[in-house]
Amino acid sequence: MSALEPILLTIITASTPLLLAAIGELITERSGVLNLGVEGMMIVGAVMGFAITAMSGSPYLGVVASMFAGMAMALLFGFLTLNLMTNQVATGLALTILGLGLSGMLGEAFIGQPGIKLPVLHIPGLSDIPFIGTVLLSQDILVYISLALVAAVYYFLFKTRAGLVIRAVGDNHTSAHALGYSVLKVRYLAVLFGGACSGLAGGYLSLVYTPQWVEGMTAGRGWIALALVVFASWRPLRLLVGAYLFGAVSVLQFHAQAAGIGLPSQLMSALPYLATIVVLVIISRNQAVTRANTPACLGRPFSPDR
Amino acid sequence: MRKLSKFLVTAALALGLGAGSSVADEALKVGFVYVGPVSDHGYSYQHDLARKAVEAHFGDKVETTFIENVPGGADAERAVERLARSGHDLIFSTSFGFMNPTLKVAKRFPKVKFEHATGFKRAKNMATYNGRFYEARYVMGQISAKASETGTAGYIGAYPIPEVVRGMNAFMLGAQSVNPEFKVKVVWVNSWYDPGREADAAKALVDQGVDVILQHTDSPAPLQIAQERGVLAFAQASDNIKFAETSQASALLNDWTPYYIERVQALLDGTWEPTDTWGGIDTGMVKLAPIRNVSDEVKEAAEATIAKLESGEFEPFTGPIYKQDGTLFLEEGVTITDEQLLGMNFFVKGFDAALPN
Repeated sequence: MSALEPILLTIITASTPLLLAAIGELITERSGVLNLGVEGMMIVGAVMGFAITAMSGSPYLGVVASMFAGMAMALLFGFLTLNLMTNQVATGLALTILGLGLSGMLGEAFIGQPGIKLPVLHIPGLSDIPFIGTVLLSQDILVYISLALVAAVYYFLFKTRAGLVIRAVGDNHTSAHALGYSVLKVRYLAVLFGGACSGLAGGYLSLVYTPQWVEGMTAGRGWIALALVVFASWRPLRLLVGAYLFGAVSVLQFHAQAAGIGLPSQLMSALPYLATIVVLVIISRNQAVTRANTPACLGRPFSPDR
Repeated sequence: MRKLSKFLVTAALALGLGAGSSVADEALKVGFVYVGPVSDHGYSYQHDLARKAVEAHFGDKVETTFIENVPGGADAERAVERLARSGHDLIFSTSFGFMNPTLKVAKRFPKVKFEHATGFKRAKNMATYNGRFYEARYVMGQISAKASETGTAGYIGAYPIPEVVRGMNAFMLGAQSVNPEFKVKVVWVNSWYDPGREADAAKALVDQGVDVILQHTDSPAPLQIAQERGVLAFAQASDNIKFAETSQASALLNDWTPYYIERVQALLDGTWEPTDTWGGIDTGMVKLAPIRNVSDEVKEAAEATIAKLESGEFEPFTGPIYKQDGTLFLEEGVTITDEQLLGMNFFVKGFDAALPN
C-alpha cells in the first residue's frame, strides 16, 4: 500500500490541471462557443496566481487571483467573438499568443523565486484513515474543487433548466433566441466560467504542481484539455475518466522507464495521448449519440439582428 | 535599447520583413538566438548573461540583439537569417537544433560570421563551440556514490542524443569509481522544458527508491521535488539553491562570458577563424556551483577531482571502459577522442535500461 500511495498522489496532481481547464471549456463549448485560448488563459492564471501569492503571502488569494485573471482573458475573448463577432478560431489562437507573451512580461520579476505551495486541507479524523484518507482526503482545495465541479457540471447540464438553456443555445441559437433566451448573455456566462476554470488550472500549476513561475510553464496542457473535451464528446463524466487516464498513463510511463522496461522512450511519451484517445473513442463509439452530444452551433457566431 | 532592438527584430520577423540597417553606425552588431526564454533561469539565461557581459565589456563598440524562444528547424533558419540580413556581423546560434539552419544561412551570407553551440558542422564563416559538461557530471557521480545510502541515483534526461548520453556515462563512471555496484535509473521526458513533467519524473524516481536526482532538462522543478522528498539533487545550468536549500548538492554551470568576449574581440581585431572550441573545467567554460549539503569528506574528495580536471591532468573517459553489452570500448589507459565523444550513442556498463534509439 505504501508504495501505491505516492503514485496515486502524483497521478492526482498530474490530472487536476487538465480536468479543471477541460471542465470549463466543456461548458463554453456546450453553449456553442469554441475558445481555443485555454492555454493563454491558463498561463495568465498561473502567473497571476504566483504573483499575488508572492506579494501577499497567501496562496488562497493567489487562487482567487488566478481565477479572475482567467476570467479577464475570457471577457476579452467574449467581447471580440460575441459582440464584434470575430472568428472564434482565430481569436482563440490570438488569445493563446497574447497570454503567453503577457504572462512572460508580468512574470519577469518572479523568475528564479521559489513559490509558496497551496497547503493540503487536513480534515480531522478523515485524513488519517489509511489509504482513502491519506490519498483522497489529504488534498489541497483545488483538487476538491475540480472534482466537485465535475459533479456540479453534470447535474447542472442534465438535471436543471439552466443547463437545458445552455444546451439549447449551443445546439440551435436561432430557436433559443426565438424562445426569448438571450443567446449572448448565456454565452458570455459560459465563456467566463471557462475562463475561471482555465485560470484555476493555471493557478494549480504555479501553486501546487510546481510552485514556481517560469515562462511557458503550461507546456501545452491547454491544448490537451481542449482535445479531452472533444474526445469525451462533451460529457463531464467521460472528461473525468479522460483526464485521470491521461494523468495516470503519463505518470506510470515514468515508473515503467525508471523500472527499466525496455520500450522506446518516445513511444512511452506518446502513450498518454494514445491511451486516452483509444479509450475515449471506444467509450464514444456510438456515433448517433456522439452526434447528439456535439453542440450543433459550435463555433458559429450569432447576431440577434439577423 | 536592447528591448527596443529585440522588439524590432521580433516585429520584423512577424511582418516577414528584413530590417535593413538604415543607420550606418560603426558599432559591431552581434546577434544571439536562444532556444528558450531568457528567463528560463537555465540554459538560455546563461547565454544571455554572457551577452550582457559582452555589452558591458565593449561598451559602444558593440551592439547586441537577441531572439529568444526559437524552436529548431525552419523557425531557427528564419531567426538566424533575419539577424544576418539586418546587418549583424557575428551571430551566436546557441542550440544543437539550430545546426543545419545556421549552416544554410551561413552559406547564403558569406560575409557574416556564425558561431554554433554544441554542434559539429563548420564552414568558412561558421565556428563551433561547446562545453565539456561531462567533466562536471563525472564529479557529480563521485559525490552521488559517496553520499547515497540506497546506492541508486535517478537521472532525468530530455532526449537520447549524444550530448545527454555523454553526461549520463560520465556520471556513471564517476559513481563507479567510488562504488562499482552503483545503479542509475534513467527516465526520458522528451522535452527540454516542461516543469510539470520534470516534476512527475522526479517523483516517480524517488518513489522507486533513488536518493539522488540528476537532470538534463532546464527547469528547477526536479529540485523542488528533491527538497520536498528530502533527497539530494544537482541543478542544471544555473545555481538553483533557492529552490532546494537543503537538497542541492551542486549545480552544473556554463559560463560563456570569456568565450564570447574572446570571439567578439577576435572579430574586431580581424583574427576571427572558424575554430572548433571545446572548453572544459580547465578553461572555466564549465563550472560547478559550491558543493553543499554533503559531508566535508565528500566535498573534499569532489574538490580534489575538480582540481585534477582544472589542471587538465585527468580525463574522465579513460580506459578500460566497457559498453553496456560488455564489449570493450577503450583499452586500459587510452583516453577518448573528441569524435568518440561527439558520436556517443551507447550506455557504458552498469546501466540496466536500454538506450532508446
